[in-house]
Amino acid sequence: MQCPSQPTPLSRPLPKSTAAAGQATLREIFADHVVDGAATAFALGQLDHQDKPLLWIQDRVTQKEAGRPCLAGLPKGLQIIHVSVNKAIDVLWAMEEGLRCTTLAGVMGEVWGDPPQLDFTATKRLALRAETHNVPAWLMRRGAHPNLSAARERWRLASLPSLGHPHDPRAPGQAQWQADLFRARWRTPGQWVVQHAPAHGLQFHHPTSSDQGAAQHATG
Amino acid sequence: MTHQDKLPVLPFPTKTQNPQTAPTPKVSQDQLAQAIAALQAALAAEQTKPTASAPTPRETDAFSPIGTPKAQPRWRASQTPDAPEKAGRVGAAAGAVTPPDTPNKDPLAKRITSIHLPRFAMERWHRWATHQGEALPEEIPAALAVEGTHGPVIHATNRAAETEGVHTGARVVDMRALCPDLKVTFADLAGDRHALEKLMLWARRWCPWTAIDGANGLILDTTGSDHLWGGEAAMLRDMEERLSHLGLSANLAVSPTHGASWALARFGSVREVCTADTLPLRMSNMPVRALRLTGDTVQLLNRLGLKTVGDLAAVPRISLARRFSRAELPDNPLMRLDQMMGRLAEPVSASDDPPRFAVQANLAEPIQDPTPHLPALCQELCAGLQHAGFGARRLRVSVFRSDGEVSHVDVATAQPNRDPDHLLRLFDDKLDRINPGFGFDLITLGATVAEALGDSQPTLDKTGGEEADLARLIDRLTARLGANAIRHPTPQESHIPERAEVWAPAISTKARSTSPRNPRPLRLFDHPEEVRVLYAVPEGPPAQFIWRRVTRRVVRFAGPERIAPEWWRDMPGTRLRDYYQVEDQLNHRLWVYRNGVLGDDRGETPRWFVHGVFA
Repeated sequence: MQCPSQPTPLSRPLPKSTAAAGQATLREIFADHVVDGAATAFALGQLDHQDKPLLWIQDRVTQKEAGRPCLAGLPKGLQIIHVSVNKAIDVLWAMEEGLRCTTLAGVMGEVWGDPPQLDFTATKRLALRAETHNVPAWLMRRGAHPNLSAARERWRLASLPSLGHPHDPRAPGQAQWQADLFRARWRTPGQWVVQHAPAHGLQFHHPTSSDQGAAQHATG
Repeated sequence: MTHQDKLPVLPFPTKTQNPQTAPTPKVSQDQLAQAIAALQAALAAEQTKPTASAPTPRETDAFSPIGTPKAQPRWRASQTPDAPEKAGRVGAAAGAVTPPDTPNKDPLAKRITSIHLPRFAMERWHRWATHQGEALPEEIPAALAVEGTHGPVIHATNRAAETEGVHTGARVVDMRALCPDLKVTFADLAGDRHALEKLMLWARRWCPWTAIDGANGLILDTTGSDHLWGGEAAMLRDMEERLSHLGLSANLAVSPTHGASWALARFGSVREVCTADTLPLRMSNMPVRALRLTGDTVQLLNRLGLKTVGDLAAVPRISLARRFSRAELPDNPLMRLDQMMGRLAEPVSASDDPPRFAVQANLAEPIQDPTPHLPALCQELCAGLQHAGFGARRLRVSVFRSDGEVSHVDVATAQPNRDPDHLLRLFDDKLDRINPGFGFDLITLGATVAEALGDSQPTLDKTGGEEADLARLIDRLTARLGANAIRHPTPQESHIPERAEVWAPAISTKARSTSPRNPRPLRLFDHPEEVRVLYAVPEGPPAQFIWRRVTRRVVRFAGPERIAPEWWRDMPGTRLRDYYQVEDQLNHRLWVYRNGVLGDDRGETPRWFVHGVFA
């Protein structure tokens, strides 16, 4: 049983974005594995909902393969409006419509694979609209390749072994993820080990050697 | 033989009309005096000229099937001076015998229009045959048959067959003897009924309340809607013209009651308009068959010497009541008489309520695309909603096609709304789905569901519009993707994970606050997926299992959390579930459960399922 040690706290925190603070934009998150909750949890960790609803759009394949959001497991008080569509083009259309509505806390779209409609132009439209109306947008991709895209930040997420449970050595505790920012417009790309604490939000740590080993073990 | 005393619906030659500028002799003296006074008042020359020199679009052909150019609309000449194009309004104003509306609630204040389609089945068959390219010439006798107890019987005939003596209700073999070259086809009764239903909807272009009346008739409540068509005479003329474009010959009549209109359409003169004060007089010489009675009752009344409605009305009421006390409505002459005279209410029962807010656009020519007319219609509708303090929840655009069909498109809104631009946007992609056929000449836009909506004032800091903003978003998504695609999960009181949230359409639900729960996964599968256990251990989850073709070794687990079935909802024999949080060697944190426990007498060895994914 592998139990990684506590990572050194905040050895290299996330570099500050050069854009205006709190600028909402389009972020793209690639999930390494289909049945991985890491990408979803990472996106939800970045969300500051303030009692506003979240528009969550899934295409049919994603809903079947990766499941639909479970209300009881989402952050407390988050309301979602769920849209299930058949085609990727409808996901993009619904995201554009949602980004026009400033009442939303954010728009999350999940697209399976590499549909031809999801090109540079489509992502640029989404990014510009998100920045104009200041509504954050996440595009979650599964079974996809990081092709050309105008998303301002592009992440790749994978799960790491969880920390030990403080009261039960056999049980999974605090979840950890390997986050790889491989392309970014306003900050330096890099790799982090990320935790999400409900009180403090996302915490980015410098990856330790044990994490690296675990990540390699996970992906290899 | 039925319909013996009914004249065939042949166009009357005009020359028989020419000498009849004066009313027919059967009109009573006071009516005559009234008519003369009104005619003098309202430019008698203007009135008589069109009748005298009425254009005679009198073809002997009763049919003008759809698809053929409809250059010449067809009306029959009538005895009332209504014929000219623009005489509708004048005719109604001069209307001679139209009494002023009584202020109090009068049972005879309604205006009911009856449309009788005497050859509906035959003309529909002819239309179909023309469409197939197999239409018979008019002079060949043809008939439709239905299966009777002793072989097929005649259901409908064309005019050539009728002149040969073929009549409805006779056996086909007998009629073949009478007319050897009779062409017989089987009738499509269900299709006729369906076509009549569609025609009934199409007839809502004239008034909001329409209903089917028998096998070949329609009944319309045109109270207050005749002025839109330039008076009752012009409205009847318009109806006959439009029905003739469909290839249907029709007999029409307007009167204050359903029974009287029914009788006048079938036994009266052409396009007869009967008013409340002339009703008893006009009805008195109708045959008793005009009372919508069954054949047996008509025969009984004839044997009793009661040939006309007037005879029946002269009989003391108490005698009739005693004689027919147990008879049902179709056998009861007294009740039918009361219905005809307005003493017994008989409202037109339309199948659904017409919308309270509706606007329409009458077009001069049939068109294919309603898009250019919608902005004006939306503006007009929203102005009406604004005036009444309402907002639309459901909208319907209907186009009334020139071939007698109605096609419509519905949209819905999440909140009452009367913003014309927003309502117009909801129709953006939908109008492609409307089927224009050969074109339509009437568009209606109605708010089929409307709710009260007060005026709202935005706050000074421009906040407070969030809810409306969100509702508009949901409207747009729903209009394109359908109401079932947009859902809003709300928590429910249940421990079963799939029942702990209800996914209601977002368009109808209000948001509710969530309540705290046990640790629950982030994502849930629609259907739990079964796993294949490789290495089971007596306690806890399996040490190894295969799920989605990947062998997974359990590194850590927490649990179980036992969830018992809800006996008040579940089938007997439903097993309990033991849920475990499991982390495997790929660092995936899954939510697995065992369905049942060994030895619970509810089936085989318990199986394992994956139900969700943790962060």
